[in-house]
Amino acid sequence: MLLEVSHLIKRYKDLLAVDRVAFAIDRGTCFGLLGPNGAGKTTTIEMIEGIIAPTAGEIRYKDAPRGAAFREEIGIQFQQTGLLAFLTVFETLQTLQGLYRRRRDLTALLEQCGLGDIRDQMNDKISGGQRQRLLLALALINDPELLFLDEPSTGLDPQARRNLWDIIRDIKAQGKTIILTTHYMEEAQALCDHVAIMDHGRIIARGTPLDLIRQHCEGITIVLPEDGFDGPVEDVAAQFHRVNGNVEIQTTDTHGCLRRLMAGGVDITGLTVRSPNLEDVFLNLTGRKLRA
Amino acid sequence: MSVKRLWVIFMARNREYFRDRAAFGWNFLFPFLIIAGFGLIFGGKEFSEYKVGVFPLASLSHPADELRVPAAFRETRYLQFVPIASLEEGLAKLNRHKIDFLVKNDPAGHEYWVSDTSPKGYIIERVFNDSLRSSAGLPAAGRKNAIQGARIRYIDWLFPGILGMNMMFSALWGVGYVVVRYRKNGVLKRLKATPLSALEYLAAQLLSRVFLLMFSLVVVWVGCDLIFHFEVVGRYLDLLVTFLVGGLSLTAVGVLMAARGVSEEFTSGVLNFITWPMMFLSEVWFSLEGAPRWIQGLAQFFPLTHLISAVRKIMNDGASLMAVRLELAVMLAITAVCLVLGARLFSWNR
Repeated sequence: MLLEVSHLIKRYKDLLAVDRVAFAIDRGTCFGLLGPNGAGKTTTIEMIEGIIAPTAGEIRYKDAPRGAAFREEIGIQFQQTGLLAFLTVFETLQTLQGLYRRRRDLTALLEQCGLGDIRDQMNDKISGGQRQRLLLALALINDPELLFLDEPSTGLDPQARRNLWDIIRDIKAQGKTIILTTHYMEEAQALCDHVAIMDHGRIIARGTPLDLIRQHCEGITIVLPEDGFDGPVEDVAAQFHRVNGNVEIQTTDTHGCLRRLMAGGVDITGLTVRSPNLEDVFLNLTGRKLRA
Repeated sequence: MSVKRLWVIFMARNREYFRDRAAFGWNFLFPFLIIAGFGLIFGGKEFSEYKVGVFPLASLSHPADELRVPAAFRETRYLQFVPIASLEEGLAKLNRHKIDFLVKNDPAGHEYWVSDTSPKGYIIERVFNDSLRSSAGLPAAGRKNAIQGARIRYIDWLFPGILGMNMMFSALWGVGYVVVRYRKNGVLKRLKATPLSALEYLAAQLLSRVFLLMFSLVVVWVGCDLIFHFEVVGRYLDLLVTFLVGGLSLTAVGVLMAARGVSEEFTSGVLNFITWPMMFLSEVWFSLEGAPRWIQGLAQFFPLTHLISAVRKIMNDGASLMAVRLELAVMLAITAVCLVLGARLFSWNR
């Protein structure tokens, strides 16, 4: 194990932000912490990073408490972070690199993160996607063994997000270990080997994305507009959720379910069918949508 | 402590300073404008002038012919005569302290008006009455002993104060405000995640600011000297050392200010709360001679007081470093206290 966290607690006055969190991460894997905003994901990883002090709990890196070498060997992409003012993209990287003993070739790094074209632009005069890639490059500046990515794709358009995922897959292929927080379930599904779902400061489920879906969502999901129902939904479906004006029914017996719906006089014009995802796992575990 | 990491932050901070055009220009322009302004107003004349209104008088081009006041009064130094059209106009100006004394342009009556609340008016009244006595042929009551002293121009006295004040603003805002802004926008948090230590970071801020203070000091000094030709009695090297120690102590206060806090508004309030009394009570503009004891005592806590005092002694009186060792020692003590406290209290996080 590269990293082991046990019984991690963070308390702010009346608020228990992180409640007895425990997990372990293998070398070379990507571990995802999932959950809605305010679930305690960022607090958890900032305790591991050494940015904030835990109230209680143990964090072990390479089978020992984190020592001085830890900060040399990790890379962090923060959710929100300012950059040193009045520096170009290249100078920003150069400055931060100067703080480490371990270092990467900057030209290759610029290339990897798609920053080659803007290397001489001032760091406050770049687009949101470019900025996010610069933050990622800063996290990689010391060729880290353990990489923390805190909501790396927040605020990016779909294309920029795919682009970022490609870079992250590339990093993973180099054998780096990654801890990623996100509230995008598809991001976790696309990138993570293992995920832990957090809510209200606690881990409520963990496993590979596929295992979690198998465990918590059986069969398929049938989605229907809510106004297609004449009477109460309970009369025609056993397990369902109301989501954004739709009724989502989860069933293992597609044939029987459709028959009941039609027998109940439900208008099935707007019906769609999809396979369940981590979003449904969260919905089943908490009864809430992840991104309300 | 890694010198390399310190150097990286030192250079980044210097770069930021030189590239921030707006603040950069202001740092040099501000002291220069003040000095230039005073140069224009006083034009090398004395600071204190007493304004005497004379009525009725349309203009004043030949004082000896047009002023019908006692000759001894007319020739008194530091009196400036102002022509006034009428008594009403004169009284209005007297009321608003635009003039200090009003006299009728009539050798017969020697009638004058003066405000009971005006200290300058009181002095002029005494001088006026005395000049009446001497023009009546009465002998002077005391015996005069003149001293031959090198006169210090007001601008030579003011200049060290303005430089010190500029240093103070630059040191406190340049470290205090900037670090708080970096804490607020997460730059400090980013740096905390690197091997950089708080001591390295603060030392880099301190050294960078002191370097920049000395750099702008030299530029402003040379620029102003070209125009005003300051008279420096002491040694330039001693001045440089004194400014260096002073800059160090002021920057150390800035480091202490930067230790905590994430609100730029709150920090600027605190900085104003510190810089304004320092500006007024450190004898930048006027001497505290004769001020209440407690104010003089309070001023001793300000590094700026000691900096300006030492610089004036060297520049105006030709003192040596040995002669200002007390000031230097106090400034170094302030530096040590502020740095230790600042490093103890420092927080990277919000």
